[in-house]
Amino acid sequence: MDKTLLSGFRDADLIQTRVNEIKKIITRPWVIMEICGGQTHAIMKYGLEQILPSEVEFIHGPGCPVCVTSLELVDKAVQIASQPNVIFTSYGDMLRVPGSSQDLFAVRANGGDVRVVYSPLDAVKIAINNPEKEVVFFAIGFETTAPANAMAVLQAHALGLNNFSILVSHVCVPPAMRAILSSPSNRVQAFLAAGHVCAVMGYWEYPPIAAEFHIPIVVTGFEPLDIIEGVYRTIVQLEKGEHKVENAYSRVVTFEGNRAAQAVIKQVFEICDRKWRGIGTIPASGWKLKQEWAKYDADNRFDVKAINPLESPLCIAGQILQGMKKPFECPAFGTICTPENPLGATMVSSEGACAAYYQYSLNR
Amino acid sequence: MCLGVPGKIIEIYEVSGLKMGKIDFGGVTREACLEYVPEAQIGDYTLIHVGFALNLISEEEAKETLQLLNQIVEINEEMVQKD
Ligand code: SF4
Repeated sequence: MDKTLLSGFRDADLIQTRVNEIKKIITRPWVIMEICGGQTHAIMKYGLEQILPSEVEFIHGPGCPVCVTSLELVDKAVQIASQPNVIFTSYGDMLRVPGSSQDLFAVRANGGDVRVVYSPLDAVKIAINNPEKEVVFFAIGFETTAPANAMAVLQAHALGLNNFSILVSHVCVPPAMRAILSSPSNRVQAFLAAGHVCAVMGYWEYPPIAAEFHIPIVVTGFEPLDIIEGVYRTIVQLEKGEHKVENAYSRVVTFEGNRAAQAVIKQVFEICDRKWRGIGTIPASGWKLKQEWAKYDADNRFDVKAINPLESPLCIAGQILQGMKKPFECPAFGTICTPENPLGATMVSSEGACAAYYQYSLNR
Repeated sequence: MCLGVPGKIIEIYEVSGLKMGKIDFGGVTREACLEYVPEAQIGDYTLIHVGFALNLISEEEAKETLQLLNQIVEINEEMVQKD
């Protein structure tokens, strides 16, 4: 399998052939946005921008959950994690995300019980083993983590746990695509849709977006050949003036997506307005716990004081996340803002555009 | 953190009412929840994300995609030879 499922999609000859095809058909510059930070990372890592013709410009989308989790929620997490009876659990990346005054790492350094988990089910296990503590999980993410977070709530319920809750910061991709396309400063002419979001959700949400905004949308995977193929298919459409939805990641994604996962998401979450860090509130762009699960909502459970979020005045991450600027245009990039000392969330996670540029393009 | 990783299911069992499995990521094994892939069998390939299988990976589709791309290479090579 390895040959087919992995190295097959890294085959240098196949990649070069596809790049040549693109060179043959491209007649003018086009701007393509890859939604997902994982794809941004892959584009930088494999230097795909360098092997593609210069007419292809990537702008990097908001699909990095660590980057878009609102500053208010990070501050809330910091406050909850600082409480004495709490074990605060989170994916590792969130610990270094700057809050207004401190990050979760600092809470831990000051004696707070902050633990990194790999899966929300690990947080449920910690709750089982620590009945005298309040265990909170920082449930961030796009549609990819929602099935896991929803299942953790159902599992806590099935086990009768009274000490488990989640701080929900779920965001959804299609409303963000609409927001980007509706902006007067939009430059995006085609989307590479996030393959793993589509593994869960399918791509039945996209045809109306493609039709309304006359924009090609190609579902794309994460290997270099996947991304080049996604670019090829968008260029074919752009050159012909078409705007269809296509699936270039058929080994993982189907039109309807994972129905079982969608059903559980629907059982536990409902749509809400959501604030995105650096971008602002996008209507109906997130999920929150339904009323019947309110007991598992850390937001209800903890009386968190008024929060007055304060973003670094230098950070232009919001414009980067919407494709209006590139990391190089930030005066702090690589000087006072580095992965060791991030001023903004996009410098933290390897899927953040600033961190990906820092890691791969400074030494090119 | 949003990246799913492909792996092979090498064991299936149940823990506290949840369908779980051992997943082999090219030598490293990890546990994952298989509730969302009820049809999964030992030997299937799956995409794992934050401890959950999001979908099964279709080897057939993977082969087909690669075959199509390989054909392009062959056509190009033929054209080069004719030139
Ligand atoms: S380099 Fe740092 S300060 Fe500048 S936009 Fe990126 S995260 Fe913000």
